[in-house]
Amino acid sequence: MTTATDTMDHHDDHHDHKMTGIKRWLYTTNHKDIGTLYLWFSFIMLLTGGAMAMVIRAELFQPGLQIIEPDFFNQMTTVHGLIMVFGAIMPAFTGLANWMLPMMIGAPDMALPRLNNWSFWILPFAFGILLSSLFMEGGGPNFGWTFYAPLSTTYSNGSTAFFVFAVHIMGISSIMGAINIVVTIMNLRAPGMTYMKMPLFVWTFFITAYLLIAVMPVLAGTVTMVLTDTYFGTSFFNAAGGGDPVMFQHIFWFFGHPEVYIMILPAFGIVSTIIPTFARKKLFGYSSMVYATSSIAFLSFIVWAHHMFTTGMPLAGELFFMYCTMLIAVPTGVKVFNWVATMWKGSMTFETPMLFSIAFVILFTIGGFSGLMLAMTPVDFQYHDTYFVVAHFHYVLVTGSLFSIYAAAYYWLPKWTGNMYDEKLGKFHFWCSLISVNLLFFPMHFLGLAGMPRRIPDYALQFADFNKWVSIGGFAFGLSQLIFLVLVIKCIKGGKKASANPWDASEGLEWTVASPAPYHTFSTPPEIK
Amino acid sequence: MTTTKEYESYYVPDSSHWPIVGAVALFLIAVGAGNYVANLDTGEGIGGWVLLAGIALIIYMVVGWFSNVINESMAGKYSAQMDNSFRQGMSWFIFSEVMFFAAFFGALLYARMFSVPWLGGAGNNLETFQVLWPEFLAAWPLTTTPDGTTTEAMPWTGLPLYNTILLMTSSITAHFAHVALENNKRGALKLWLGFTILLGLAFLVLQVEEYIHAYSAMGLTLASGIYGNTFFMLTGFHGMHVTLGTIMLIVMFFRVLKGHFTPEHHFAFQAASWYWHFVDVVWVLLFLFVYIL
Repeated sequence: MTTATDTMDHHDDHHDHKMTGIKRWLYTTNHKDIGTLYLWFSFIMLLTGGAMAMVIRAELFQPGLQIIEPDFFNQMTTVHGLIMVFGAIMPAFTGLANWMLPMMIGAPDMALPRLNNWSFWILPFAFGILLSSLFMEGGGPNFGWTFYAPLSTTYSNGSTAFFVFAVHIMGISSIMGAINIVVTIMNLRAPGMTYMKMPLFVWTFFITAYLLIAVMPVLAGTVTMVLTDTYFGTSFFNAAGGGDPVMFQHIFWFFGHPEVYIMILPAFGIVSTIIPTFARKKLFGYSSMVYATSSIAFLSFIVWAHHMFTTGMPLAGELFFMYCTMLIAVPTGVKVFNWVATMWKGSMTFETPMLFSIAFVILFTIGGFSGLMLAMTPVDFQYHDTYFVVAHFHYVLVTGSLFSIYAAAYYWLPKWTGNMYDEKLGKFHFWCSLISVNLLFFPMHFLGLAGMPRRIPDYALQFADFNKWVSIGGFAFGLSQLIFLVLVIKCIKGGKKASANPWDASEGLEWTVASPAPYHTFSTPPEIK
Repeated sequence: MTTTKEYESYYVPDSSHWPIVGAVALFLIAVGAGNYVANLDTGEGIGGWVLLAGIALIIYMVVGWFSNVINESMAGKYSAQMDNSFRQGMSWFIFSEVMFFAAFFGALLYARMFSVPWLGGAGNNLETFQVLWPEFLAAWPLTTTPDGTTTEAMPWTGLPLYNTILLMTSSITAHFAHVALENNKRGALKLWLGFTILLGLAFLVLQVEEYIHAYSAMGLTLASGIYGNTFFMLTGFHGMHVTLGTIMLIVMFFRVLKGHFTPEHHFAFQAASWYWHFVDVVWVLLFLFVYIL
């Protein structure tokens, strides 16, 4: 795709103004430092949200109420969702974007470095507020991460204001981060790198950033209306004042559906980078990938009401949203086809990043198929709010987004640390995760089809066996992630030295600089032919 | 595509302590506002003071951060490419603001086109209507809510019309100021910019007047059903944006007095003027959908 002609030599002609100690991290304007901060933060959040999932699975291990109160169970499902979406997956992608985008397009840094620092450092504060609300009188948010009215308005507990302001800060962080990504890509590409020469990873982040700028403000508007409905006597979501609780769902999902693509499009970019490397072939159908990503992004704006088929929408609305949703299968199918075609007759090797990528292709496709089932209005009437939905979105978010983030981390760890990670340990992490994640989420399909509702701390006896296995899978998956923590620490501390391009066939400007990447890269941009 | 030469001087600032100050400020604002709002009914707690401290800190941060940027700019450290980054950043920021307003316009249109008619029995909602609020009369502006709260509708004539004229004129004067800057006519620039600021301030005064009138004489409040909700949320957030825009223009005025900006190099002025046009366009939509229709 892209070839660098004058590559080395000018990346460290800038001398470093690196500060030392904590000040380096607090004051930094360096995209690599900020990327590292994002990635560590998201991993800490993954473990925090994961611990909450463990609490949920412990309670659901057997029928009956044994460990926690139902209200606390609701707080756990809510905060688990919020942390995983806004604290783990999104910051991890932003971290990858920060580390890799400037190196991939031959830019000296992100376009607005100080803003970049601000985007990151407001996040820990936001999650501090959200988590501290768990310890407040009356407890933290307990209305689900989707905070449907009137649960979040009329029936909410005292901490809703803190939830609202925490979400505002997360939104500001995402919008500023996204503006930085868009501007960097539009304005800082090396000379000669036209749009259609950009790596697909760059393309997917570009499109994702647009989605973020378009919908995060809508989320801000939604939480603001929840705030005024709860505390200032407005009735946006209250029929007695002329509003409508269903209106909440429309506005929320207008944000919420593009949001789920915000969490999967970057994964497409990652997998499209890794599979060609380990199949030792060029990506099949580069331009069709670009167009497919763009069409998915466009369609994401006109399908939101498929989350609300059971709210009694007019028939024309149900049909429109059903057909538009099914249409998404077309560009997504193009992508899956292209990944498989890239591997076809390639000389493949199966290092950990490739294993995670192949698992992504297969398991994300399972999540896609269950999504197609949910897209059909009449069928959704049965599946709505059951464990089938839980199974569906965990297949796309865990074995989709999270697996792609792991794949990316393994792929670029040598570039970040200068050391090769422990391949055996990486494979061990992969197989443990793969087996346990399927034990965790696959039986949920059957539970949902049999009618087990989501977000309940207790269930009917006939669901007991499956739930036991699901919980065991959950604990195993949770523990497996600690292997990754050990692996990363080992890799930072030492290991086989990585060359500038440790993978045989990897392409892209990031592999033309040394490993570990110097503090400043491409202070003078390379020429792309 | 630009040539390599232009890329050489992309300015990457050294570390800065302003972002972390801003992060602490936002934290104080969120905690303070959260505490204040959660204790609205009792009036207890120190949330209000924490909120004020946060606002003070963020003002300090903005002043400090922007003076850094202005000094760097005056020292000639910014290339054309850097200028472009700022411009694109500002335009995408304005786009995100547009989407913020879109959420509230969406709520307004949804309420008018669906919620209120459905509550009155339209579509397949006859039974809901008869069981819940059979007395309810679906109309817009919704002056009597289903639970019986009554209010008056704000007419578009009078103050709102004057405000429309003021703001539209100010958009034109802002444009004249920009043209004057590009032609290096500093006198005309000061004059037109000053006019724009005065028009903005006049708008804000009339807006306050309108709010006082609504609350005291018309019984139209934030809590008077979906009509009052959408009216005050839309005009209120717009008013906050006009306030911010006016402050930006005032800062630009003082920078002009100090001799900043050249016909080629005036990103900050450009950004403030874009922002001003944006609040003007939002007002035109407001005038149409909130007042007239």
